[in-house]
Formats: sequence, C-alpha cells, structure tokens
Amino acid sequence: MEYLKEIAWLIGGPQGSGVDSSASTFAKALASGGYHIFGGREYHSNIKGEHSYYQIRASDKEVRSSVNQVHMLATFEEETLHIHKGYVIPGGAILFDPTLVKETDIGRKDVVLVAVPYMELIKQIATEFGKEKDVQKLAVMKNVLSVAASLALLEYPFDLIAKTVESFFKTKKPKLVQMNVRGAEIAYNYVRENYAKSPFPYRLKPIPVPAGEKRTFLTGTQAAALGKIIAGCRFQTYYPITPASDESEFLESHPEFGCVVVQCEDEISSICMAVGAAVTGVRASTATSGPGFCLMVEGMGWAGINEVPVVIFDYQRAGPSTGLPTRFEQGDLKFALNAGHGDFPRIIMAPGDMDEYFFDAIDAFNYAERYQLPVIVLNDKNLANSTKTVRWFDYSGAKVDRGFLLSDEALAKYIKSNGNGNGNFKRFHFEENGMSPRPVPGQVGGVFWNTGDEHDEYGHITEDPDLRLRMMDKRMKKLETASKEIPLDKKIKTYGPKDADCLVVTWGSTKGAILDAMEDLEKEGIKVRLLQICLINPFPTPEVMKELSQAKIKVGAEMNYSGHLCGVIRENTGIAMDSMILKYTGRPMKKDEMVDALRNIVKKAEKKVVLTHGA
Amino acid sequence: MALEVKELKTDFHNDWCVGCGDFGILNAIHMALAGLGKQRHEIAMFSGIGCSGKTPHWINTYGFHTLHGRGLPFAIGAKLANPELTVVCVGGDGDGYGIGAAHFLNSGRRNVDITYIVFDNGVYGLTKGQASPTLHRGEKPKSLPLPNINDNNNPLAVALCSGYTFIARGYSYDVKHLKDLILRGINHKGFALIDVLQPCPTYNNLQTKEWFEGIVEDEETGARVKGNPRVYKLEESGYDPVVKNPANLEEVEHKMSQAFLKTQEWGDRIPIGVLYQIDQPDYGARIAQRMPSYAKVSPAKMPFYDLATGKTTTDITPLLKDFQVV
Ligand SMILES: Cc1ncc(C[n+]2csc(CCOP(=O)(O)OP(=O)(O)O)c2C)c(N)n1
Ligand code: SF4
Ligand SMILES: [Mg+2]
Repeated sequence: MEYLKEIAWLIGGPQGSGVDSSASTFAKALASGGYHIFGGREYHSNIKGEHSYYQIRASDKEVRSSVNQVHMLATFEEETLHIHKGYVIPGGAILFDPTLVKETDIGRKDVVLVAVPYMELIKQIATEFGKEKDVQKLAVMKNVLSVAASLALLEYPFDLIAKTVESFFKTKKPKLVQMNVRGAEIAYNYVRENYAKSPFPYRLKPIPVPAGEKRTFLTGTQAAALGKIIAGCRFQTYYPITPASDESEFLESHPEFGCVVVQCEDEISSICMAVGAAVTGVRASTATSGPGFCLMVEGMGWAGINEVPVVIFDYQRAGPSTGLPTRFEQGDLKFALNAGHGDFPRIIMAPGDMDEYFFDAIDAFNYAERYQLPVIVLNDKNLANSTKTVRWFDYSGAKVDRGFLLSDEALAKYIKSNGNGNGNFKRFHFEENGMSPRPVPGQVGGVFWNTGDEHDEYGHITEDPDLRLRMMDKRMKKLETASKEIPLDKKIKTYGPKDADCLVVTWGSTKGAILDAMEDLEKEGIKVRLLQICLINPFPTPEVMKELSQAKIKVGAEMNYSGHLCGVIRENTGIAMDSMILKYTGRPMKKDEMVDALRNIVKKAEKKVVLTHGA
Repeated sequence: MALEVKELKTDFHNDWCVGCGDFGILNAIHMALAGLGKQRHEIAMFSGIGCSGKTPHWINTYGFHTLHGRGLPFAIGAKLANPELTVVCVGGDGDGYGIGAAHFLNSGRRNVDITYIVFDNGVYGLTKGQASPTLHRGEKPKSLPLPNINDNNNPLAVALCSGYTFIARGYSYDVKHLKDLILRGINHKGFALIDVLQPCPTYNNLQTKEWFEGIVEDEETGARVKGNPRVYKLEESGYDPVVKNPANLEEVEHKMSQAFLKTQEWGDRIPIGVLYQIDQPDYGARIAQRMPSYAKVSPAKMPFYDLATGKTTTDITPLLKDFQVV
C-alpha cells in the first residue's frame, strides 16, 4: 500500500451525460483535502452523445498540465473504456459497468478491474427514497457513484466526498442533495466492502494546507472574467462561440458589478459596439475565438487609427476556418500581429496560466487606455476549459492607469492653458510620446471627430501627405513608448537555471506542460530553462536576444504547425531556434510527451518533434 | 440656451456634388439639433461610409465617421455606455441596407434609444453609382452599364417586420418636414428609423428631384412646370401612425397593416411622414430591469477605482468565496 503524492484520474462518457460535473466533484473533493488540481477537459463540437473526457491530476505541489498515463479510469459505458483503457498504468484501476462489459473482455490483466453495478445500486437508492418508478431518470447518478467508487478505492475519507456532493447539489438542485449524498455513500461502501482486499496499491489522504493559504478552483474563462471585473470593464460584447462565450456569460450572470453584456448579431457588431462604447470612456471589451476574431479585423483597424482603447480576448482554438472548434491550438499569433490592412499600433499579450489570465486582464485595460490602442489578449481553449486550484487572487496591489483620459476638471484646465474648446479641440494633438489628450462625448469643450480616414489633429479627414506622415509616426510612436515603459516581468518570464542544457521558448498555456516536465527532467539530471514571452507586441527584442544568446540549445515549443513564435523571434532578433516541439492535433501538450521530447532534443539533438498524444 | 443653426456648422470643407440631396438632409439635421435645446457636447453623431458618411464632419458636435455599414453598432455601443448622450446615426442605403443589413435587421430587436437617418439615393454614391439595395430591378440609372439585375428590398417593410418602433420616410428637399421628422425621431423613446429620399444628381438620373416633385418640361415651351408630385405627406392624408395602446393587440395589428400597405406604395404616389410608431421598453430600460444600477449611473461614468491612489474599489471577495476550496 502506498500513499500517493500525485494521482491522475480520468472519467469519460457521452457528452451531456454529466462527465464535467463528475470530474469537478472528484477534483473538489481532493482540493478540499489540500491537493493542488489541474483538470483538462476534452469534448466534441456536439451537444449530446459524442465522447468526452476529463482528466484530473491532483498533487501535493502545483500541477499545470495533463499526462498520458492515469492511475485510474472511471467509466460507465463502453466507448470510454475502449478508448482509454490502454492509458492506465500497470497496477492502476479501471471502474466499469459489469452489465455492459465482461471483465475478461477488457483485456487488461495488469490493472485492478472494479465492477460497479451502477443500475443495481441506483435501484437501491431509488427504493430507499421511494422513487422506484424514476429509476431510469436517476441513471445520471452514475456520475456521483463513479466518483465515490473511485475515491473509495483510494480510501479517501467519505466526509470530504459528502461535503463536496452536498455543496454541488445545494446550489444547483437543492432537492437532490440528500439522495446524491446517500448515493455516494452506497457506492463508497460497495467498493469498500467488495474491493478492500484488492491488490490496488494506491491510497490518498488529505494533506495539510500551508497556514493562511486560501485557494479557489476555477476555469480560465472565470479567471479572465474576474480579472475584467477588477479591471473595471463595464461593457462587454460577444457573439456566441466556443470556447469564449463562457467568459461573457459569466459576466452577464453577475449584474451586481454593473458590466453591461450585449449579445450581438455577429462579431463585426461585437467589435464595433465595444469600440463605440469605449469612446465614451467606459472600459470596454469583447471576447471571441478565431472565426470571430477574423470578422473583427476592420473594426480593430478603426480603433487603431482613432486611438480607441478596446480590449479583445481571443480564445484560440484549432483552425483554419471552423477547424476543430472545441480543441486547442496556438494558431492565432501571426494573425493577431498582422490582422488588418495598413500599420497601426496594437499591444498583444499572451497569458499562460490562471494567474496571468486574471492579472493580464487588468494590465490589458491599463495598456489600452494608457497607449490608446487595441489590446489583444491571446487566451486559448486549453486554459479556458481547464480547471485548476489557484492561490486566492490578491489584487490589492492592482492599479488603474487611465493615461491621458481627461476628467471634466482636467479638460477644463487643459482647454484653459491650450486655448482650444468646442469644435477646436485637438484630440490628436501631436505629442512627444504619441499619446494625445482624450476627452469623451458628454464633456463640455471636448468636441472632436473620429474617422476611419486619415485625419488631422481635430479628427477631420485629410489626405495631406505631411499630416499623414506625422499622424502615422505619432501613432506608431506609442509602441516605442510602451516598450520603454512596460516592465521586464510583464514582457518575459524565465524559469529554471541559467546554466541549463537547453532553453525552451514558449508562449501562452503551453508553459504548463513545460514547467511540469522540467521538474521530472531535473530528477533525471537534465536542466531546462524556460523563457515565456508574455508580451508579443511590442516584441521585447533586446530582452529575448539576451536570453537566447546565453542558451546552449534553443528550443521553440508551441501548439501549431509552423512555429509562429519561432518565426516572430527570428523576424525580430535574426536568431533561429535549434529545435522545435510542435503539436497540432488539437489536444494540449502533455507533461510526459514533453519530457520525452526535451530529453531527445538534449540527448539526441533532434531538430523537430511533433507531439501527438491524446484521444 | 439652445444652439443656433450656425453654431452647429463646421468650417470643414464640404465636397458633396453641387445639387446633391445630402445638403437638404444636413440642413434638416442642423435645424433639428438646434431645435432640440441640447448643448453640442451632449450630442454624438455617428455615420458609416459613403457620401452620406461624411455628414458628422459638418456638424459641430462629437462626431464619429465609422466603417462602411457599421454606424449602427458603434452608435449603439456609445448610447448604451452613456445613455445621457443624444445619439444620431446617419448612413447611405448601401451602407445600411446592404453591407450593414445584419445590424439594420437586429436593431429592431433591441429598440436602443437612438435615431437612424438613411440617405436613400438608390446608388452607391461614393463608389461611383453602382446599384444600391433600394434600386428596382430593370432600372438603369446613367451610372449602370446594364439595367439593374437585382430586385430592390423594402427597408421600411423590413423595419416593420423587425420590431422597429418608429418608422418614417422623409424627402431631402422638404427640409422643414424632414427637420420635424428628425425631431420626432429623436424625441421618440426607442429606435427611430428615418429613410430619406435623396436625389443623387450625379449618378441617379431616374429618381431625381424632378421625378419626386412631378416637375416636367412643357413640350412646347420647354419650360419646367409642376405636374403631379409623387411625394405626398401622410399626415395631410389623415393617416394616423401612432399606436395609442401598445397592449391592445388589435390596434397594433391594424396600425402595422396600414403601415405595411404604405410601404408598398411607390411610383406615382410615394408617402412621406411617420408610417408607424409604438411605445415599447427601450433597451436601456430592459438592461435596468436586470441591472438596477444602470438606471442610476451609466457604465461610462461608473466609478471603479480610487482617483487618488488608482486602487480598484471593486470587491470580488463574494465571488472568490464561491470558488473557494480551501
Ligand atoms: C468594407 C468596405 N467595402 C467597400 C467599401 C467601398 N465603399 C465606400 S462607400 C461605398 C458605397 C456607398 O454607398 P451608400 O452607402 O449608398 O452611400 P452613398 O455614397 O450613396 O451616400 C462603398 C461600397 C468600403 N469603404 N468598405
Ligand atoms: S455622388 Fe451623388 S450622393 Fe454623392 S455627393 Fe455626389 S450627388 Fe451626392
Ligand atoms: Mg447610396
């Protein structure tokens, strides 16, 4: 018998059958026992029926990615069993429904097979609660039963399970609390009684949480939405799209913060409405995914030429076109950099974990207003739909920076000393650092114009070549200013030793699998350093060059076909990567395949590794 | 103190063609805004792209010349973010009924309290006279190499079927009538559509001022004489567009039906004036219902940080507690 410090558990089933809630119940039961959790969710572009699965990793230290091999597989139908049974470690366990599959047909003699007669147990519960007639309806309880049965095998204390099940149903279906807690108990006892003597070696028990540490358990879209609320975003537009809608729906479900959420007729409307709102001084944003972002391009250019602060969250999914709508890719980087005709300044950020999803949202609005430009935040499906335990967000140090936005008093003062008022206000006044004074409609004396055409300082159309030159220079100048002002730790982050065997360069959520892999590789004696590029534009060229010039082997790792970031690095620094780790199956990089890839690069100097793991 | 028309003008160079119907609309807007009794800073003009799209540059209020077809979403965003603003959006017929058709259609579902004036000239003026969505099939204005192959759409009928609460048509050479329409539209609590018959003398030699007003050349003398004007005023024909009791479905049905019949008139008789008007909760009221704070303070003005320290004043502790596991 062995108490595990870390476990991986997977549950699968047809979409809409409750897999997600089972997984989060399992995760929360462990999280409330002190474990760190990472939950990765995979599903089809389908509402009901297609295969979906959810892997939960729990550990005594932080975990940030999924793995190839799990300790336990919980199933209640055949498809999940057949797809995933090969990925259970020898000595692990598979839970299955003996009325559907014969033990001998599973073909895994090296794992413990736990037969859970779901319907039989459900009948028992139904009888206890006088609901014999509703047995078929109660079949969804298989979810709770499979969670309880799994945890019973691990001898995890039942009270933590009961508490989690109770709090889950209390908010969603209060009438069902008792029955589900009892259901969990029946399944738990069933496994304890029948499998107490099984050779399954693994156990889990609650572990202490450092004094004073508080943790939440959330998804990426929730972290991002919370960040937007703190950032002061009070206007959000969206058109439904996976995986971005969750963020807007979360904001909409909390009207107490005063954020107006408008579901638009399309993403063209979404961007234009957000920009229209932003000119009035509200912090405005939109959230979308690749296909929607494609439609936003013209509107974003308008915000660029009119220097309107607007924040776009692009939750990347696998393209091109509809692509793999529910799967993950980091395929929008080059598009985000180049979207739109003509040159206009934009800031592009790439958060890579839940903390960054939260805090980058705050920075995004500050940058947008300080530099008066569109800010694109490249989120992705991987973190959007993953769940993770996160240290309590401490936003007490977060500061709001509104740049040259003028309050009524500041506007009056500005007009007094600069002598322009109604109809004569130079909204695009040439300023050294590129940032001009910014009144908003409704303010006395600030009347100005915006136009998608090139314009003079008042905002009136002009085709004068000299004005054109100066306006272009002024606008683009803001990126230089931003480059100077944005601190190093917001541009790049580094992890691991300086004298590493290789330097991995990445962006966005792929960081999770690399950080997890680094811990394993260190135990093998392979030292890896990670360079995470957080600010994609303006590109932190000198900072990145410095890191690259010190590296033994330079490895680019990202979730796309062509190595977007590698290309951008080369464009900006002239430096090419020695090796690339790429993946474009739509499934996120796993820790173990990352370990293998990096080992091969360090030991065998492999040039390009294409990862493939994941059903 | 109300603004005077001359205070609403700008000295930005006007580059519309001589004789363009747009001038009449611009004048009517100036007059209506002056008549509104608001200050210039309380008004925001929005527009799309086209000859018509340049309009805000000649109006001395906050002005936003946006993208082709996108005036409405920009305008709606501004109005919802700061409902205290008087928001007027203008654009062309290609702009609004062609490339911007999705916004035109869906604006009916929201009833945002803005006014939308469409310069309807049957052509894409600024791109040199291609057929716009309101040009009829078989018509061949001088700018087209061949007769128009598409049927026209009927924006007023579309509006009627899409939930619009104020539907009107104006004529750009009846400036006073148009001014009154615009004022009524602005004062209507909800979305007001005003389609304006706007001759484009440069490209559309079919729907001309003469055509609308029934001015013909006397065959013998060659003199321009008044015949039967095509354009007539609904209010002068005893037509009553206003739904008195929106809860009375029978009345609503009746007023919609008569309006629909009016939308079908074209050719010899073309009605102008208000076709349909009904009171319905505007989008702002609907937001306020789910978000009571909205009625008190607009998103644009909602405080969210301490002005002195820059620190956020929003507290998400209750939300974080919902997510707390340990
Ligand atoms: C996305 C896009 N496509 C095409 C154009 C070119 N364009 C400019 S104005 C215009 C048509 C204008 O016609 P209308 O909206 O009827 O306005 P008018 O000039 O007649 O007032 C077009 C197609 C553009 N500006 N943007
Ligand atoms: S092209 Fe037609 S609509 Fe445009 S300015 Fe000239 S006359 Fe007016
Ligand atoms: Mg036109």
